[in-house]
Amino acid sequence: MLELQGVSKIVAGKPHINATDVTFQKGTMNVLLGPTSAGKTSLMRLMAGLDRPSTGKVFWNGKDVTGQRVQDRRIAMVYQQFINYPSMNVYDNIASPLRLAGRDRSEIDRRVRETAAMLQLTPLLDRMPLELSGGQQQRCALARALVKDAGLVLLDEPLANLDYKLREELRDEIPRIFRESGAIFVYATTEPEEALLLGGNTACLWEGRVTQFGPATEVYRHPIDTTTARVFSDPPMNFSACTKAGDTLTFEVGAKVAAGGNLSAIRDGDYVAGFRANHLRFEKPNGPALELKCQLVASEITGSETFLHVRQGTSRWVALVHGIHHLTDGTDVSLWLSTAHFHLFDTHGQLAVQAAYAAAA
Amino acid sequence: MAKITLSNLAHTYFPYPRGEQDYALKTIDLTWDDGGAYALLGASGCGKSTLLNLISGLRRPSQGRILFGDGDVTDAPTAERNIAQVFQFPVVYDTMTVRENLAFPLRNRGMKKDYIQSRVDQVAQMIGMEDTLSRKARGLTADAKQKISLGRGMVREDVNAILFDEPLTVIDPHLKWELRTQLKKLHQDFGHTMIYVTHDQTEALTFADKVVVMHDGRIVQVGTPEELFERPAHTFVGYFIGSPGMNLLDAVIDSDVARIGEHKVPLGGTFGPLTGRTQIGIRPEHVTVSRTGGLPATILRVDDVGRHRILRAEVAGAPVAVVLPEGAELPADSCRLIFQPEKIGVFADDWRMAPEHPKDRSGS
Amino acid sequence: MLKTQNNKAWFLVLPVLLLVGFSAILPLMTVVNYAFNDTFGNNAFFWVGLEWFRDVIRSERMHDALQRQLIFSAIILAIEIPLGIAIALTLPKRGVWASLTLVLLALPLLIPWNVVGTIWQLFTRIDIGLLGSTLAALGVDFNLGRDAIDAWATLIVMDVWHWTSLVTLLCYAGLQSIPEAYYQAGRIDQASRWAVFRYIELPKMQGVLLIAVLLRFMDSFMIYTEPFVVTGGGPGSTTTFLSVDLVKMAIGQFDLGPAAAFSLMYFLVILLISWVFYTVMTNLDQEKEEVPE
Repeated sequence: MLELQGVSKIVAGKPHINATDVTFQKGTMNVLLGPTSAGKTSLMRLMAGLDRPSTGKVFWNGKDVTGQRVQDRRIAMVYQQFINYPSMNVYDNIASPLRLAGRDRSEIDRRVRETAAMLQLTPLLDRMPLELSGGQQQRCALARALVKDAGLVLLDEPLANLDYKLREELRDEIPRIFRESGAIFVYATTEPEEALLLGGNTACLWEGRVTQFGPATEVYRHPIDTTTARVFSDPPMNFSACTKAGDTLTFEVGAKVAAGGNLSAIRDGDYVAGFRANHLRFEKPNGPALELKCQLVASEITGSETFLHVRQGTSRWVALVHGIHHLTDGTDVSLWLSTAHFHLFDTHGQLAVQAAYAAAA
Repeated sequence: MAKITLSNLAHTYFPYPRGEQDYALKTIDLTWDDGGAYALLGASGCGKSTLLNLISGLRRPSQGRILFGDGDVTDAPTAERNIAQVFQFPVVYDTMTVRENLAFPLRNRGMKKDYIQSRVDQVAQMIGMEDTLSRKARGLTADAKQKISLGRGMVREDVNAILFDEPLTVIDPHLKWELRTQLKKLHQDFGHTMIYVTHDQTEALTFADKVVVMHDGRIVQVGTPEELFERPAHTFVGYFIGSPGMNLLDAVIDSDVARIGEHKVPLGGTFGPLTGRTQIGIRPEHVTVSRTGGLPATILRVDDVGRHRILRAEVAGAPVAVVLPEGAELPADSCRLIFQPEKIGVFADDWRMAPEHPKDRSGS
Repeated sequence: MLKTQNNKAWFLVLPVLLLVGFSAILPLMTVVNYAFNDTFGNNAFFWVGLEWFRDVIRSERMHDALQRQLIFSAIILAIEIPLGIAIALTLPKRGVWASLTLVLLALPLLIPWNVVGTIWQLFTRIDIGLLGSTLAALGVDFNLGRDAIDAWATLIVMDVWHWTSLVTLLCYAGLQSIPEAYYQAGRIDQASRWAVFRYIELPKMQGVLLIAVLLRFMDSFMIYTEPFVVTGGGPGSTTTFLSVDLVKMAIGQFDLGPAAAFSLMYFLVILLISWVFYTVMTNLDQEKEEVPE
């Protein structure tokens, strides 16, 4: 179990990491999700003990390890760049942490072969890293990280330099490898889709702050503030200002809906509605819904679906609709949003009412 | 602006190639229409970068000709080809201001000052950088720098084509959306021929009117995003396009049914006798879960990706992915799967076979 | 950049600190002692305060030497930096020839100062030196023992020969780090050769050029061995640079007090000028915004 208590990092007067409390249980997959320079790497370095926190403490299985050297802790790290020893073959690369630890020959051999099998590297053991494809090189680096039986494995955007399809394959493999290893995995990524596919827990990071931490799908469906909603959304979350007065909710963009159900409980006032691209439809859904009349800025066809980039006044939204739609830019389109599909945030960005679909899920 | 014709083009990095296997780019013939938006899609090492370098003039092809309009540019150096290129990592002139960066290609061509001024203002507005024109390029964020390189490509009105070499690699997911739409708009407003090289199918499909899929130095299919998705010409296209890719199952094709083990799958047309390895392919989006009819499947796991769930199942020992729409009921550990007959593709030795007689209503 | 914070590391540096203390700081203190005292031998010292300093500052001889020194360093930098860049730009980028030329270029750097001096002293001799005798045969009246301009020319050519490679090697390393895409972009933008140099190569070489300028300045400002061997500071005192003068003063005349004051000021001047160079050149580079992560 890894526990950060009030850990912060201040560099040259600027907070890179604000005081953070987070606990990773044994045998869990934890994703740090956030844009570039949100503090993912900084936070990992604090976990690993590569940097000493400015305040706060790091506990490993209940023991204070703040300031303990990284060499003295059972930690493995995998980077975005494929880091292997170029002059050693795959076998020796994987064996290297064990040799450094002074394990005996037969044990090394057994462990190397086990790990290689787990990562499908067995046929490549005699090859040199530079003869391998990017995906294989990264698998070799992963094997080196896993072979030493580290309690904590930190992966810093390990798939960012790989082809899309290879990423898909390794994304599939990593959760399986993780389950077999039983270690705590911490995985940094900028891609919301990756966080969902890897499963486990997700911590959303924004400007050096963990905005929300919990099971990936839960954070995705129940964002507690607009920042989390924005970070954990690809295409970006759509927002629209609205006002509640009595039993009607009036959107800045003109539409009105009855504030029934869980919307009736909140106070009158100004709110911001947040909704996802895939919840906007061309057809009027069953039940109460609002119609958003907007202008098409651009459309993109993915093969089976169409992304619509639309505008109304100063608001810009993205809609993802099923099927192929060839539309001329600049035309007026009408999109429907079910009242079950938007979250309401207060003017400070905090969640006021959860979308009904999410509450039910 | 001009039509681009690649005629009998091939390239090898070996001085004395021993055969086809030594060619990074095997013989291709291709025409790109003036003003089109094209994507070159493939995995790394498929030859797409080689092709791009041949078009930009960085390399001279081992064989064949390249025409811009009617002019042969095979031996012309880069500078004479009147092309623009946006690279994987933003290339900006650090010590210049944003304005100077945008004006650079025009100034080098001795354009008039007034013209440069007005053209730069216009382009800056298009890329949304009119407020940062007097800033030094150094110190800007990666996406701002990439916008500058984009703007530098746009600034010349006479470019034959703009080449993009995986331009969104270093851009955060959120900003990718913004840059992609901007690119689309720029294409509409300026009408340049654009060629976009990428390994990311989403980028290729969303950007291009026509996608050229490359595999192992060859072009396997040229088509609209819809064609690539609905009717992949090769199993590689089926696998590479879509996330997850097409499900491919070994099957024996018998007229209008495919036999997988002892199970029968109705097809969307009748097929004559096929030779070689025969497979059927079905997109995860075109598989439905059923309680009664269909192929018996074992459920391995379910991935929740937010807007839908992906069911990973096994049919007769082969993996099959199914996309379950949000809110769809989740079956227990075994279920039956129905493949929509008109959406099933039949492949012999990896190439798509057209049915002899399509059934009524069937798409192809 | 895997950096752990660990105070144990200081113990490892301790021996070095002690060594530096004995070899640099103690002798320096002796110099300081001499600079503020007068002595008549027998270890009897009299406190004279800043008198030596006043003497040295007012001394015309010192002014002349300083002037000569500044002119020399300026000429050296004005030749070696552009020449070094120019050579670096013409070097092949990769392949066998690249390594071969690099080795050849590095050769002069490996030769000790006094050997370089001796080589050039012999080289320029009218009777047996290749250069000297050739010039004489061509009817050029070349004599570095008599003609101040000949002496200066010889020293400058010698220093350029000895040290330009250093600038070249540094610039070459800087050029190697420029991604190919930049050159390609330049070609696409139809940038002239000069524009490619001005906007792509020079900005990327800025860092190494700073180092090159600093090193060459400090080195040339302290030059001693070569002029001592080649010209002995002559003819007259036309090539008597600061350090040559200092040695004459300290060892030739045994004016230890003024010499000590002189060397302290010398030290401070070099420190000062280097600092000015450094701040000016890094300020040029200061628009870079710091991006964490």
